[in-house]
Amino acid sequence: MKLLTLNFLTCARKTCKSSPAAFPLHPRDAELEQVETEMNPVFLRNILPRLEWEAMRSITTELGLPSLPAETPDPGALLENDGNGDGEDAGSAGPSQIARDLHALLMETCIASGKLVCGNCGHEYAVKEGIANFLLPSHMV
Amino acid sequence: MDVDRAKGETYEEQHVHGVYEQIASHFSSTRYKPWPIIERFLKELPDGAIGLDVGCGNGKYLSVNRDIFIVGSDRSSNLATIAKRHAPHSVLVADLLHLPHPLHTFDFAISIAVVHHLSTPERRVEALESILQTLAPNGKALLTVWALEQEGSRRGWTEGDDQDVMVPCVMRGSKKGAARGEEVGGGGEDRVFSRYYHLYRKGELEGDVERAGGEVVEGGWERDNWWVVARPRVML
Repeated sequence: MKLLTLNFLTCARKTCKSSPAAFPLHPRDAELEQVETEMNPVFLRNILPRLEWEAMRSITTELGLPSLPAETPDPGALLENDGNGDGEDAGSAGPSQIARDLHALLMETCIASGKLVCGNCGHEYAVKEGIANFLLPSHMV
Repeated sequence: MDVDRAKGETYEEQHVHGVYEQIASHFSSTRYKPWPIIERFLKELPDGAIGLDVGCGNGKYLSVNRDIFIVGSDRSSNLATIAKRHAPHSVLVADLLHLPHPLHTFDFAISIAVVHHLSTPERRVEALESILQTLAPNGKALLTVWALEQEGSRRGWTEGDDQDVMVPCVMRGSKKGAARGEEVGGGGEDRVFSRYYHLYRKGELEGDVERAGGEVVEGGWERDNWWVVARPRVML
């Protein structure tokens, strides 16, 4: 499961939905793998502002990965040689190192196996072969 | 017989989920061509849109539009494993009534031929609530369900027929199929699996959407299915 997905996951239990501690889920005993994925600079530029940046930073820290920048990068920072930093001329400039690093971290770094833990109720969801299983045992429904 | 008490989660475990686990790759091989109406919905989304495919099956809609991000989920882990082959999106195993997503967040959701597998009216409304609650206030969901009104189809159901049906699926026995872990039916004989469906009448999906706290934006009938685009009800 690519790290980006963690931005969109919470505990599945209804009672946890209203608790801020239920997001983000915390990876535990995670085995990571890099899955090469074609870079889509337009997609990256659009999705960065939609992320809960602090939550994603805390996840990269928990996993012992290179930290995300302190703040969401501006569109201009995603392009090589963007002199005035406004993100224009997207057609001619290639992706910057920052963009490549973000792509590698968010889109290519995947949790192959491990657990995702709810910070509110402590329930652990298993990840196997890159797929997380959010089915709840009947007593927890 | 009190039909409603006999239906529900346990019924669906036997007559929907258990069956899909066994027929996963056969089912997947018969569902490969994306529908125009769904393709169009996905392709018209703005770049960077984020959404869900609830009940994604074999994942055939996950890579229709490369400029959006979809998290697919399915109740069947065998189907989710097949769906995962569609990079670059993500796939989970999850129950539609207990989705592991933050509320009021997503730009869109699709749920294609899924809600009709819930076996009581209350559970079907609950399913729609669950989907609508994931949407941001200006988000929208495309939902499709099998129609009762399909006289022209192979099965030929029509108004006046019972809406709760068991639909058979024949898996041809083969040595190759028997060797694969997830499929039953080794020894070369055909096996018939039946899945529960609730066939929707004209207007019924719209009614369920409204009961679930949604508004219907548009809808219609196509290829033996009712479809609607729904959004969360605007609170004035």
